[in-house]
Amino acid sequence: MPPLLKLILIRIGLGVLTLFLVSVVVFAATQALPGDTARAILGREAADKARYEALRKQLGLDKPMTQQYLSWLGGVVKGDLGNSLAQDEPVTSLIGRRVANTFTLVLIAALLSIPISLFLGSFTALRRDTKFDVTVTIGSLSLAALPEFVIGIILLLVFGAQVFHVLPAVSTVDPDVPILQQLNMFVLPAITLTLAVAPYITRILRASTIEVLESEYVMMARLKGLPERLVLNRHALPNALAPALQVTALNLAWLAGGVVVVESVFNFPGIGSLLVDSVKNRDMPMVQAIVLIIAAVYVIANLTADILTILVSPRLRTGLR
Amino acid sequence: MSTPEIMVNDSELVEPPVVHADRRHSEWVMMLREAWRMRRTKIGVGICVFMVALAVIGPWVAPYSPTQFVAPPFSPPDIPKMWLGSDYIGHDVLTRVLYGGRTVILLALAATVIGLVLGVTLGLITGYARRWIDESIMRLLDVVLAFPQIVLALLFVSILGPRLWLIVLIVGIGHAPRIARVARAATLEVSQRDFVRAAEAFGIARYKILFNEIMPSITSPLLVEFGLRLTYSIGIIAALSYLGFGMQPPAADWGLMINENQIGVIIQPWPVVVPVLLIGILTIGTNLVADGLGRALIGIERDTGVG
Repeated sequence: MPPLLKLILIRIGLGVLTLFLVSVVVFAATQALPGDTARAILGREAADKARYEALRKQLGLDKPMTQQYLSWLGGVVKGDLGNSLAQDEPVTSLIGRRVANTFTLVLIAALLSIPISLFLGSFTALRRDTKFDVTVTIGSLSLAALPEFVIGIILLLVFGAQVFHVLPAVSTVDPDVPILQQLNMFVLPAITLTLAVAPYITRILRASTIEVLESEYVMMARLKGLPERLVLNRHALPNALAPALQVTALNLAWLAGGVVVVESVFNFPGIGSLLVDSVKNRDMPMVQAIVLIIAAVYVIANLTADILTILVSPRLRTGLR
Repeated sequence: MSTPEIMVNDSELVEPPVVHADRRHSEWVMMLREAWRMRRTKIGVGICVFMVALAVIGPWVAPYSPTQFVAPPFSPPDIPKMWLGSDYIGHDVLTRVLYGGRTVILLALAATVIGLVLGVTLGLITGYARRWIDESIMRLLDVVLAFPQIVLALLFVSILGPRLWLIVLIVGIGHAPRIARVARAATLEVSQRDFVRAAEAFGIARYKILFNEIMPSITSPLLVEFGLRLTYSIGIIAALSYLGFGMQPPAADWGLMINENQIGVIIQPWPVVVPVLLIGILTIGTNLVADGLGRALIGIERDTGVG
């Protein structure tokens, strides 16, 4: 087997292993619940022994733990995430539209932040220590420090209260209107996520570009007398791209967590705000499902980044790390 | 006249580890000195000192009690009686701002220290032990990494309820793998050095090598990491309070204040604006310090040809 393929297969195997362990953690966490699901559903009526036992049997709680886990995992794989405790409906049907909303929001944020930070990161690296570079660096350093809900509330204070009629401060999605026609409700949450995530990518890309520009092979390329444009496009930027890919994927994965707070700030109807509500209601199947989705997105984004890094970076392609 | 010679030989045998450890020990002092030359570090330290002073002195100079009703809800500022007006149930906003910094700072510090202790221990072990111990621990840490920190905290809050110790512990555990990666990389590099090899040749116990020889040598990257993680801790703890899972009413806490008063923001913005700005300035301060330290460390490593 070619070493490159082997490296990628190993990485995929590790990703699957991580996903499996993540599902174990999510499942095991619920087992730490004082009492069990049956008690949680019945509430005070759990005092009725017969009903309690019947429900336990119905939910499969009388079976051994490993069997419970396997049947739960089997359901997850088939897309059956159980029933919500708060609203007696399948989790999957309650979650569907919200997943779509959050996905659209993250997509918009990614489409905004990636080009912005690619441009700012490489441009500041090429124009090091100029006024522009210093301004961008200090600005991104400060923005990177701010918790995302702080950014969100500041935007809400600046645009929400004053320009209320221009941009809706609190988003409400009308389920009957196509998403593309109500894009304005995405504006403030998407800007918040962009402002939270772009500084990181910018900073890493700037650092990696500078490192590459100072490397021996770029110096070599210059000494050979290659035109500067060729030096940048052929030698510098491809190598600078590898760490940027990593960070971009990490931050897209981070967006999956960042939406939790940002959606709550703007009352945006996605899985983030649903997670917060479900935690308040102690709706465990819902919490399990959303946490699992977010963790899976994180693992898969990282996996993709690692594979792309292996494929893209000239140094890794030849010599194994 | 032969005794001194033997002594010299003796000290030459024992000294290398000490000298090296000493040189590395002073590395973090060098880093602090180098960082202090940068303006961003000075501004950052200034902000942090101001915030800590506010949290410590605040309650002593507060005009009212944080749970005292002083005016109708959402009253506008009335100088000099009520500089920032009243909040959603008529508490004095200025008083609650002065009280509200303590919890954020203390909880964030506690979470960061927990993360540091766990992370450094795991990083030292994996970086020094290598092979299957390294592999299996790092795989397990990848599992923790798969959960964004706030999601991990929410998962456990949903099971055990909003308890402060739980939040601090889970945020700390969330930091651990991230800190462990840094500690592991530094340990890997340091454990190749002569003074560690020498200590091994002397047959010194492994845990002693880890804690007496290697740990002092990786202080600098850990200090940088501490500043960075502290910034994130503040953000996560404040966010959890803002979502209603941290400090509970009637506690005075910046994150909780934003949550409680967000509904009245159009008529009485101060109980939202002031805590938001203070949390933001605090995180900018700690991040400036972390960045200054990080830059200083890169500079030193470049100069000494280490790393």
